[in-house]
Formats: sequence, C-alpha cells, structure tokens
Amino acid sequence: MITTRNLSISYLGRPALRDVNLEIPRGEVLAIVGPSGCGKSSFLSALNRLTDLVPEARVTGQVMVDGQDIFGSTQNRLALRRKIGMIFQRPNPFAMSVRRNMELAQREFGVRNRDALETRSRTALQAVGLWDEVQDRMTQSALQLSGGQQQRLCIARALALEPEVLLLDEPCSSLDPISSQRIETLIRDLRDKLTVVIVTHNLAQARRVADRVAVFWTKDQVGQLIESGETETIFSRPSDPLVADYLQGRQG
Amino acid sequence: MPKAKPKAAACELKLSPRKYWWLEVWVYGAVVLLGLVLCWLIGDILWRGLPQWSWAFFSTGPVDAGLGGGVAPILISSIAILLVTLVVSVPVALLTAIALTQATGRGRGGAFVVRRFVEVLAGVPSIVFGLFGNALFCVYLGWGYSILSGGLTMACMVLPLLIRTSEVAIRSVPIHYRQAAAALGLGPASTLFRVVLPAAMPSLMAGLVLSVGRALSETAALIFTSGYVTRMPESVWDSGRSLSVHVYDLAMNVAGGTSRSYASAAVLVGLILFINLVSRWMFFSTAHTRVPEVRLD
Repeated sequence: MITTRNLSISYLGRPALRDVNLEIPRGEVLAIVGPSGCGKSSFLSALNRLTDLVPEARVTGQVMVDGQDIFGSTQNRLALRRKIGMIFQRPNPFAMSVRRNMELAQREFGVRNRDALETRSRTALQAVGLWDEVQDRMTQSALQLSGGQQQRLCIARALALEPEVLLLDEPCSSLDPISSQRIETLIRDLRDKLTVVIVTHNLAQARRVADRVAVFWTKDQVGQLIESGETETIFSRPSDPLVADYLQGRQG
Repeated sequence: MPKAKPKAAACELKLSPRKYWWLEVWVYGAVVLLGLVLCWLIGDILWRGLPQWSWAFFSTGPVDAGLGGGVAPILISSIAILLVTLVVSVPVALLTAIALTQATGRGRGGAFVVRRFVEVLAGVPSIVFGLFGNALFCVYLGWGYSILSGGLTMACMVLPLLIRTSEVAIRSVPIHYRQAAAALGLGPASTLFRVVLPAAMPSLMAGLVLSVGRALSETAALIFTSGYVTRMPESVWDSGRSLSVHVYDLAMNVAGGTSRSYASAAVLVGLILFINLVSRWMFFSTAHTRVPEVRLD
C-alpha cells in the first residue's frame, strides 16, 4: 500500500538518501535495519511528510500511499498524518494529563462527543495494555508515568486516531528490556490490523517482529537501500555480502 | 605523588588547587554578598516601613503632602497603571514573540530586523520613554497627565523585555513537542495554542512577573505621563500618582518625609512579592505544567 519511487532526501544540498524503491504491503510489519546515519530515520519521516518540519530537507521522488503521491499538491498533510501515525525514539507525551494526551488529537479531527472520546481512548489504551495501569490516573500528568508506560501511551495516542500505518523510529532504544518486550508483543498484535514500519538497531528484534526486512547502507557517503525481502530469506540467505556480514555481526 | 587529589572541577578547568581555592572564595563570596545586599535592602524597608502600616494607612488618602494619611488612592493608581500596561503589552508582546518564533524562510529577514529593533528599544533609558510618552500621549493625542498615558508609556517600556522573555520561553519548548504534535496531525494553530504555549506557560509567566516588577518600580517615565496628583482616580483619564513616584516625592521633595516614604516603599515591595507569589502559585503548582521529566538518555 506504500510504494516509494526513487525517493531521495538531501539536507542543505547534501544527499542523505538516494533512490529508494520499496514496496510496503498492507498489513505487514517491515523492519528497516542498517548502521547509524544511513538514512533510515529520514526515510521514515518522509513517509508521513514529517520532513516538512525540517526547512533544510529536500525530498525528491515519489511516495505513493493508496496510489496517490503524498507530496502531490492536492494532498492534505494533516489527514495524511492521521492515517500514518508515528512513534519516536524518546517517548514524547505532552506535559498534560493522560486523558488530555489521548484526546487532544481526536478533538482536532472532530471527535467531540464525550462518550466517543472515552470509548476510543479506552480501546486504544487497552490495545497497548496500559488501561489497567492508568485508568485511575487519567487526570495525572503523563510525565509521571515510567518511560515504558510513556512510550505505550504515545502508541495509544496514535492508535486512537485509527491510523492505517504506524511508523516506529527505534521505539525501544530508550526502554528497559521488559518494556521493550511489551512493545514488541504489541507490534506483533498490531499486524494484520495495520501496516507497521519499524526502524531498529536491534537485529534480533527485527527478526522477531518483522515479516519483511529492508537493509539500508551508506555507500559513497549516501544512504541507500541495498536489500529487502522476507525476513527469513534476508537472515538466512542474503544475496549481498555486505548484508551477510552485517546480519551476522561481522560489520556495521 | 601529590598529597591531595585535586578536585574534579579543578582538573576540568585546568587550575592548580590553590587557584581553584581562590576561585571558590570568589564565587561563594559573590553569592553571599548578593544575598546580604538583598536582605539588607528588603529588611531595611520592611523594618522601617511596616510599623507605620495600619488600616487607616490603606484606606485613606495622603494628607499634608503625604506626611499624614495613607496611600489608598496611590495604591489604586499604581494598580490601574499596571493593568493598562499589561492589557496593551501582553497581547502585543505575545503575538510578536509568536511571529518571531514561527518565522522561517523569507520571513527570517523580517524577524531579524524586528529583533534588532527590540534590542535597541530595550536599551533606551526610561526617561526617554517618559519624554516620548509625554509628547505622544499627553500632548499630541491630548490625553494629558493620565493613568492611560502612563500605562501606555509603561507598555512601550516593558514591551522589549516582554517580547524577549516570551520569545525565549516559546523557543525553549522542546522540539519533540512539535514533532509529536505534527505526527498526530495537529495543524499549526492547534500545535501553537494547545501544545507549545501551554508548555511555555511557566516561562512566559516568569517573564511577565519580571515586566510587572519593572513597570511597578518605574518612576521617571511616570512623572511625565501619569503625573503626581494624589486624588483618588475616577477613570483612566484622571491623573494618578504611582507608588514609586510617591516614594520618590516623599524622599526627595517633602521635608521630613523620609520615614513616611519607607512605609510606601514597603507597600511597593509587598505588592511585587505578592504578585510574584500569586503567579507562582497559579502556574507552578498545577499538576500538569512542569513535572520533572523522565530522563532516558
């Protein structure tokens, strides 16, 4: 459902990512792996046009979502971001109550009914397994939650908008192993319901959660997609020797 | 082998232990000195001023050029001038700060110019603001010596400070708030009003308190603009004497007024402390504004 065609990103004229052609089928989990600075996160933030926030960034090529180029002039950027949620490395709940964190974006998209807001918030919080932990703390500050809880709250906050795609940018990198495991379980549960693209440095994690894997690499100082395919194929019979070395921990 | 291990901070600054000792003496000396000056100042004013406070002091007007009576109309004038100042300067400053922080691309050139203007404005002596206010509001616009003229002059004076503190407050909101808002599909307006400004609120209030302090303590500019009539003002068109002008007048122009000026100065100090505490209580103790953030990295 997401297809990129010759997607390139440059910052202040310096190319960071070149000619990525990748297909992300609906309802699958795609893991993007690769060494630091190879453009994984840039790629991810182009998918929901978050690159627009960076004035220095320039994106060329196409990103087709449901057959439409998201950089096309008729596209509504806000509606796009509702459809494609994003989770960041560091949990970033707003300094507000848990309830307000959940409801802010819903209200923006016209959900005003009290019951509807509560139902959607509860469903999303249950989906991330946070409801039992926060149902008595809805009016407390979200910043009082633990790091893992904050990250799950951020996922719930995105899920409350009923997105079709969820982009996760190293969502577990700042979490302890138990919290990471809960997020992984959650990602596996989300499969089939929505499309997930996860950037991770943790190869074992990529192997555990992903249906497909894409390996990015820095060549000639520019990030490129060097191999992609089914997770098992990539891990057991990679065609590129660089990928083989990387996946077996000999490089990268 | 050195006898004592030098402190880590000394190593970092590449100082010998002896020099570091002197540095410590300087730094802590400065802190203690500052504390002493502040305590002395406030202590002196309260010590000499508070015993003169009474119910009558707050409920009656000055008699005999302030040697007798109280400060009721003066307190009211001060607050009225302050209100005019804030009503005008807060929206202007906030909007300017928002414009400055949102400026990108071609807007940056304009923002640069505005910022320079603000800086120059901040360096203008208050007496010049007083003359300007007098010429514009009192004479040219014909509002005479009035609370309105004084308040507007004060607004011009605190504007640079307020713009600067508001801009810094908005800028210091962590970038990940904006990212989170954008990723959730919030538009620019919602991001600003529902996410960024609430997060900046404590710092915005800190800047406001600073500006209030400056406006309340200003004397020179007000003598030219709101005048020194001690009558109870009936509207913003009336002249009114502010507390700071009253203190100045008693101390400098009225023979034997020094001890009375301490009583008024104590009211001024009390008012500023009161505003400070109230704003703190309103915006720092609420549960959602600033809870220590979980550090993860």
